[in-house]
Amino acid sequence: MIYINLLIAYLKIGLFGFGGGYAMLSLIQHEVVEVIHHGDTQPWLTLQEFTDIVAISQMSPGPIGINSATYIGYKVTGSVFGSILATIAVCLPSFILVLIVGKILLKRKDNKYVKSVFSAIRPVVVGMIASAALLLMNKENFPDYTKSIAICVVAFLLVRYAKLHPILIVILAGITGYLLY
Amino acid sequence: MSNSISKTIINLFVTFFKIGAFTFGGGWVMIAMMEKDIVDKHKWFTKEEFIDNLAIAQSMPGILAVNMAVLVGNKMAKKWGAFLSALGTILPSFFVILTIAIFFTTINDNPIVERIFKGIRPAVVALIIAPVFTTAKAAKINLKNFWVPVATALLITFCGLSPIMFIALAIVYGVSRCYLNNKQTKTE
Repeated sequence: MIYINLLIAYLKIGLFGFGGGYAMLSLIQHEVVEVIHHGDTQPWLTLQEFTDIVAISQMSPGPIGINSATYIGYKVTGSVFGSILATIAVCLPSFILVLIVGKILLKRKDNKYVKSVFSAIRPVVVGMIASAALLLMNKENFPDYTKSIAICVVAFLLVRYAKLHPILIVILAGITGYLLY
Repeated sequence: MSNSISKTIINLFVTFFKIGAFTFGGGWVMIAMMEKDIVDKHKWFTKEEFIDNLAIAQSMPGILAVNMAVLVGNKMAKKWGAFLSALGTILPSFFVILTIAIFFTTINDNPIVERIFKGIRPAVVALIIAPVFTTAKAAKINLKNFWVPVATALLITFCGLSPIMFIALAIVYGVSRCYLNNKQTKTE
């Protein structure tokens, strides 16, 4: 029963989780902290446990949606299978949808309407990326106004003008943090 | 399966695996990395294609980075390309998190880890700022349409509006603009 509940919960999160990452978190929180699933007597996790998972997700590589699915899948069932199940479930709905929509749009990419729509969307996407950056400019990421801002500026110059690979920058920034703090 | 296709598929898997393994901070950082590898290095997408597909990936539910991997993989090597690109994106974080879930409970209390992440976090912000400039160029941002990305960014960030709403508005605008142009050329 627990596996079926887990499957359904994460299919739901994968299907209705628009907006990616942090927007998805509220949906995940609802399913694992607030809802008492069929056959259970209490929610899967306490709010404290959930907060810990978010912190762990932020410190681990990869998308936060995957991280939380893998972690919660294991914690709820106590088995690796639960982990695999939740991870697949969270990806499956969008995998199918994206394949279908991508195929349709790719076929019609020379259509007048499709062209017009995409040229209208492009400036919006630029704004979306900018907002992702703005949202991260918080106390959590910049605990002081000296060293952290310096790291950010140098990293920007290195990726934009020295054309260093972002992976290299993450590694260098990690070493810098270890040495500076 | 022909040799060049299986080569492409392996290439896709390795590229997305690397991106999945080295991105801390979630989806948008992965998008920044993908731009570098997919557009600049492998030339799987042009800059315009990258933005268009990013709009599709963002408009769909689910995990942004996985959606983007599926779109790239599907273009280069159909279903198998899509599957292995998605798998490559997912696997690194799956293994890392599983290890943490099984063996540790309090990784965030480790002072050394905390110091390393104090350095990584601000750099990650820079990694997301960089593609704002490259995509702005590809989206042909000029003095006339400059207000669109600025307003979008400010309203999403400070009013908490959903990005999907802005994509929906752009779709309505794009369709009606095309419709009106058609009508105009017909009456002339």
